[in-house]
Amino acid sequence: MIELRNVCKRFGELEVLKQVSSSFLSGSSYAVIGPNGSGKTTLIKSILGMVLPDSGTIEVHGKRIEGQWTYREDIGYMPQIGRYPDNMKIGQLFDMMRDLRQSTIPVDEELIMELRLRDLFHKRMHTLSGGTRQKVSAALSFLFNPSILILDEPTAGLDPLSVEILKAKILKEQERGKLFLITSHIMSDLDELSSNVMYIEEGTVRYSNSIEHLKKETGEDKLGKAIAFIMRSNFKLDKA
Amino acid sequence: MIRITKHALYDILRNRFVLFYALFLMVITFSLFSLDSDPGKAVVSLLNIVLMVVPLVSIIFTTIYFFNSYEFIELLLSQPIDRKVIFFSEFFAVTIALSTAYLVGTGIPILLMSGSVGAWYLLFSGLLLTWVFVSLAFAASVSTRDKAKGIGIALLFWFYFGLIYDGFMLYIIYSFSDYPLEKVTLALVSLNPIDLARIVILLKLDISALMGYTGAFYKSFFGTSTGIIYSFSLLLLWTVIPLVLSLRKFLRKDI
Repeated sequence: MIELRNVCKRFGELEVLKQVSSSFLSGSSYAVIGPNGSGKTTLIKSILGMVLPDSGTIEVHGKRIEGQWTYREDIGYMPQIGRYPDNMKIGQLFDMMRDLRQSTIPVDEELIMELRLRDLFHKRMHTLSGGTRQKVSAALSFLFNPSILILDEPTAGLDPLSVEILKAKILKEQERGKLFLITSHIMSDLDELSSNVMYIEEGTVRYSNSIEHLKKETGEDKLGKAIAFIMRSNFKLDKA
Repeated sequence: MIRITKHALYDILRNRFVLFYALFLMVITFSLFSLDSDPGKAVVSLLNIVLMVVPLVSIIFTTIYFFNSYEFIELLLSQPIDRKVIFFSEFFAVTIALSTAYLVGTGIPILLMSGSVGAWYLLFSGLLLTWVFVSLAFAASVSTRDKAKGIGIALLFWFYFGLIYDGFMLYIIYSFSDYPLEKVTLALVSLNPIDLARIVILLKLDISALMGYTGAFYKSFFGTSTGIIYSFSLLLLWTVIPLVLSLRKFLRKDI
């Protein structure tokens, strides 16, 4: 599980996260929604220790993460824009990651197989299209069987077939009790993939509850419409 | 740490710049030694090239490398790896690559064609200068996110230590030429790694007699083993201090 308490972060003048508190429980999956620039990626990067919050605490599995790194063994991260060393081939990248981790846990190569990445192993990273990079990122994030998966816009740029493969994989891992944090602007995907929703605007959590609950409260039957309802109405819903 | 250094080294060797650097140094060193019948003079010419080229290449290559490996650093940071380990691995990878290129490019010709004491001092000082400027390049790189700005700061360091500082020193020496300045200049020299390296080598080349009274004074200081240990330790300090400062900055940096 992940626990955030009063996390604040500013980049110069801009306050990106304002007193964000939230907890994400193992076995559930969370949709993180918000307009562009609302602080979603900063929130995710803070959990990963890539961005260091100005104040507040973050705990992963009950341990504070400041100055720690071993907790990242438990996290698979799929970045919004996967950026990899240009001169490396896809195969070399996977070999390197395996070499760096020296993990004793058997690796999960299901996505490499299903997305047919093996056929591309000889290609250099800088020759790849955005979608292929996304496939590489997706396969990497699931590779070491982490108990927490953080996916930043996982389906953006993927072809329809790959989207379905990835979604099937996410649902399968959810059944195994993994914790998912997914950001996306495609509401129908999130409707399928997650059970809870967290809505952020200008660095503040405006809504956080189950999707069921949100739909009931707003009287809409689709997540997209329900979110649009909150965005339009400045309507203050109860924060669970 | 060793594993990451290894992967970073592969990455550096994949673009062939380091190889060209070694070849370039080798061609220059060989030609200087073959053009001049007196190896002592050849070492002086080589000295001037090494003192300009080695710092320039080290600082610019390292800065560009650091910015180009931002993706690699980002990838590593999402893995269970300590930031310190990432930082030092990057540092060692560049240092090993550039030092090897320099030692091969300059060392082999010296071994084959000269072998005088002065030449060996030159080789060793150049190695230390490589470390100093790699370290300064890290300081320039972590201070900004913008590649162009980072390279600008790196170039500024080079201009400062290679050209501006000497002008500044000459100005002081001329303005206060009525006073005994030996100790002051000694202190000023310590503040510039390139000058430190230059003086140690010049004194080993037995041409200090050309430098008048100050030369004699330097000889009495830098000529002794204490003086040499002093200057080499200062060069090491010039490596360690910028490195520690940039590490501290890197540990607090948002990627």
